[in-house]
Amino acid sequence: MKISEVPQQPGMITDGRREICYAVDDDGNYVLAGSAGWEPKNIANDQAWEIIRDQMQDTVRKIRSGKLSPLAFLMVSNQMTPALLAQYVGFSRWRVRRHLKPSVFKKLKPEILKRYADLFDVPVDTLSKVPKDIETMLSKTDTP
Amino acid sequence: MKIDFEHRQSAHCESGVTANLLHHYGIDISEAMAFGIGAGLFFGYLPFIKINKLPLTTFRCEVGGIFKRLTRWFGLQVRWQKFRNPEKAMDALDRKIEEGIPVGCRTGGYWLPYFPPAFRFHFNMHNLVVIGRENDHYIISDPVFPDLERCHRKDLMKARFAKGAMAPRGTMYYLTHVPETVPFDQSVKNGIRIVCRRMLHTPGPLIGVKGIRYLARQVKKWPEKLGQRKASLYVTQLIRMQEELGTGGGGFRFMYAAFLQEAAQRLQAPGLQDLSDKMTAAGDLWREFAVIGARNCKGRAGENDSYAAMTRILMECADREEEIYRKLLPTVR
Repeated sequence: MKISEVPQQPGMITDGRREICYAVDDDGNYVLAGSAGWEPKNIANDQAWEIIRDQMQDTVRKIRSGKLSPLAFLMVSNQMTPALLAQYVGFSRWRVRRHLKPSVFKKLKPEILKRYADLFDVPVDTLSKVPKDIETMLSKTDTP
Repeated sequence: MKIDFEHRQSAHCESGVTANLLHHYGIDISEAMAFGIGAGLFFGYLPFIKINKLPLTTFRCEVGGIFKRLTRWFGLQVRWQKFRNPEKAMDALDRKIEEGIPVGCRTGGYWLPYFPPAFRFHFNMHNLVVIGRENDHYIISDPVFPDLERCHRKDLMKARFAKGAMAPRGTMYYLTHVPETVPFDQSVKNGIRIVCRRMLHTPGPLIGVKGIRYLARQVKKWPEKLGQRKASLYVTQLIRMQEELGTGGGGFRFMYAAFLQEAAQRLQAPGLQDLSDKMTAAGDLWREFAVIGARNCKGRAGENDSYAAMTRILMECADREEEIYRKLLPTVR
């Protein structure tokens, strides 16, 4: 890759920072060149986020129809599975899976809720809230 | 407390941390040189390991390998520490910072607040150097970012104790002894030898140039085997492994070409410059694969952007790289 070919197509980096590419200058010497982004990379990254977004929307639907507890939304929007979430909060997997049931979640003690709230860095009382408008929620938390 | 530490932005976290740490102790070494000596270049297609249900492809060596090889060959003494208790891990870090010792930490990228949102995934192999502390904030030399970053204690603690695959468990490391002189030239040769051997002679079909060919043969079967949607996810995952994770472009091939160029001058071996040029060309070809793959996924594929075309390009990548390693190996005997 020549210096003139170092791509400057922003997408993933939104704050004007640059990442390093190795490129060849006119004399054939390697130099470090800043890149603002590259279209193929942006496309690949977008697709990864699309999957997460799909999962989030699917989860919200399930919460509204009473199949999952609101905890599921925090889990999925933090790209976690019950297994990973269990490791973070120090509960067993089956316990976390139980907490994903609305009937069980409703009766959870404050100290258990606090473990989840601490991990996700949110107040305990917001744990049981489902985002009303998922699109604004998504653009706020995830969309680059 | 802030240690006087020269922060040099790098393409990749581990080679960047390695080069910057050594540089701090007076060893003049570039990121590319650290990557080359540490034998960072690799290829492995490991479909049985899944990340988010997608097969793992890697263009670099095992985590920590670059740092370990380089420090061993240079005769540097390193202290590694792992922790069970997060508070103790932070206290130990604080003590070293107070002593004026820059400390490398392994972290999970997801919890570092200075990461742009688009990069925030759970990956636990991110390295950075902590170089200071101001009250509740740490000053961090994260080699993939242009400037020093600040990070709150509770965020850094979370990042150091990220969970999941390859959990860092608070791992931190720092240099305890640096010799006056280091066997530079011999280490360059060692590094080259390891890369060539791994890429040419690793048993099994999945590693090295054989691995690239195996992947190439798989790619053209993907649409039929997996369906269009899944096939396109497999391709973009490949592109991300190749380009996104701080590779310097072309799945580390450009960085390795830069290393070969530096090695040519250092060892007075003009033949290596020629191989550096060839490696650059191989990197360009990998980039072409990414362009075609991404276009295909966007549904903007022309006739030349089919999966068969991707297979052809990957096959050529394998051929070109094989030629390079075959010529490279005798130069270090």
